Amino acid sequence: MIDLHDKLVLALGERDGIPAQAIAACAESAGGRVVYAATQCFV
Amino acid sequence: MTTEGARPVSSGVRPVVRAARFAIAHTPALIASGSKPRRELASRGAAEREALLRHLRSFEDAVRYPPHQVMLGTLPPEALRGISRPWHDRPVDAARAEGPGGRMLDEMEFYAWLARADAASLLYLTPEFARTLRSFGAPERVQTMAAPDLARAVERGAEPLRRTSDETVGAIVPAHEQDESLAAPVLLENLAAKVTGGLALRALLDAVDADTPVDYLIGCGEEAVGDRYQRGGGNLAKAMGELAGVRTAGASDVKSFCAGPLHALLVAGAFVAGGVYRRVVVVAGGSLAKLGMKYRGHLAAGYPVLEDVIVGAAIDVVPDDGRSPILRLDAAAVHRVGDGAAPHQMAQVLSAAPLRAAGLRLSDVDRYAVELHNPDITEPAGSGDVPYRNYQMIAALAAQAGEIERSAMDRFVEAHGMPGFSPTQGHIASAVAYLPHAIAGLTEGPLRRVQFVAKGSLFLGRMTNMADGASLLLERNGAPPAGGRPA
Repeated sequence: MIDLHDKLVLALGERDGIPAQAIAACAESAGGRVVYAATQCFV
Repeated sequence: MTTEGARPVSSGVRPVVRAARFAIAHTPALIASGSKPRRELASRGAAEREALLRHLRSFEDAVRYPPHQVMLGTLPPEALRGISRPWHDRPVDAARAEGPGGRMLDEMEFYAWLARADAASLLYLTPEFARTLRSFGAPERVQTMAAPDLARAVERGAEPLRRTSDETVGAIVPAHEQDESLAAPVLLENLAAKVTGGLALRALLDAVDADTPVDYLIGCGEEAVGDRYQRGGGNLAKAMGELAGVRTAGASDVKSFCAGPLHALLVAGAFVAGGVYRRVVVVAGGSLAKLGMKYRGHLAAGYPVLEDVIVGAAIDVVPDDGRSPILRLDAAAVHRVGDGAAPHQMAQVLSAAPLRAAGLRLSDVDRYAVELHNPDITEPAGSGDVPYRNYQMIAALAAQAGEIERSAMDRFVEAHGMPGFSPTQGHIASAVAYLPHAIAGLTEGPLRRVQFVAKGSLFLGRMTNMADGASLLLERNGAPPAGGRPA
């Protein structure tokens, strides 16, 4: 389990991969502070 | 329509999807007007423009490109497995610019159609180019502007039309100096969508049942037509109908990013099933904004710039004709507000759930048409093989459901999937690119069922963090029932 306390997190999701919200939720549960979250579509 | 927890819908008239056609406009000189190249070229300067120009394809090369022949219906998608990549190194011998899936047109014909489609008289050509373009179908009377005046117009906000030599041969001028919705680049995008959708519609009607009037057109492209008071007001479908000479049809739009065409097909099916209309054509223009979106990856890989086509589509939906594949409205699905957006949740909602509700297993579907983006286009830019990832997810659900062993997932992908072949034209690549092959396979070929699954990136508009999706099942006409319910 990664420890993200005292870390700022940029959560970049991908449409056919992991949405940014899911990444952000995981990062927050590991103690990180999500400062930017966006899902992108690269096609 | 069936989604988990929702009530199945049945109807008296069964809709069928009778035909689909694409119009594929090869427009390499317009790549610089694509959103990504426009921004990159502005910041990187002349050397970048020269590098881009050195990597443009000829029309002949674009026609011979194996994935384009798949779009035209002359090669099955599975044939790409036997052609080593990158596919542009393996041109198809004796390739033609048309096939059962539609036709390709070169840049000169495309420009001629832009001139014909310019209802608002915003397009200007140099006198020399106007004369040249007449032999490609441009109208006799075209507004002209001398090259120095064109250059001044471009400085004031007009969007240039160029040839691949980088010579400016025309421009479209803004329709209003202070209206961003009527800015020249937006107008060119919309006009390109009108032309490609209109030509796809014309190709469809020239080939299929020209005598039966079209009652309704449903537009589902990714353009936004309107002015400052109704940005994206829409109904480009009606303009496409006008361009294609379809005087009998009413029209409106259905929008959902790349998932728009499947939503539109469901609406078309419902119109036919409900007896509201007898012939509905779903139309979509292509996306000029997406030209060259991944050109930097292509340049880095030494590829030609592969995103050099704008693709329009037209899809014919009519009552059961006893032959064409049935559009099973009872086995369709939409992604709902409360559904999760992770890939496995999307696949569960769009693929597994509607099949289960119809008494079918995942392995009862012969082919899945998913996001069919050509991996030769996406991989050099780091976006991976999008269809393969989608197929892996469906195979994983089949393993999870106990239909197959986990070790058989690769075989499932090979048997029920296909290589990506579609230009990265968003809504076109989202499943419907396979329609001509599906219709052929479900009538003259061995296929019994094809599921179409499309996703839309609603979050890009910043109004929600949700994605969207829709799926539908096409079934061979007269196929004996599998599972619980007859077709």
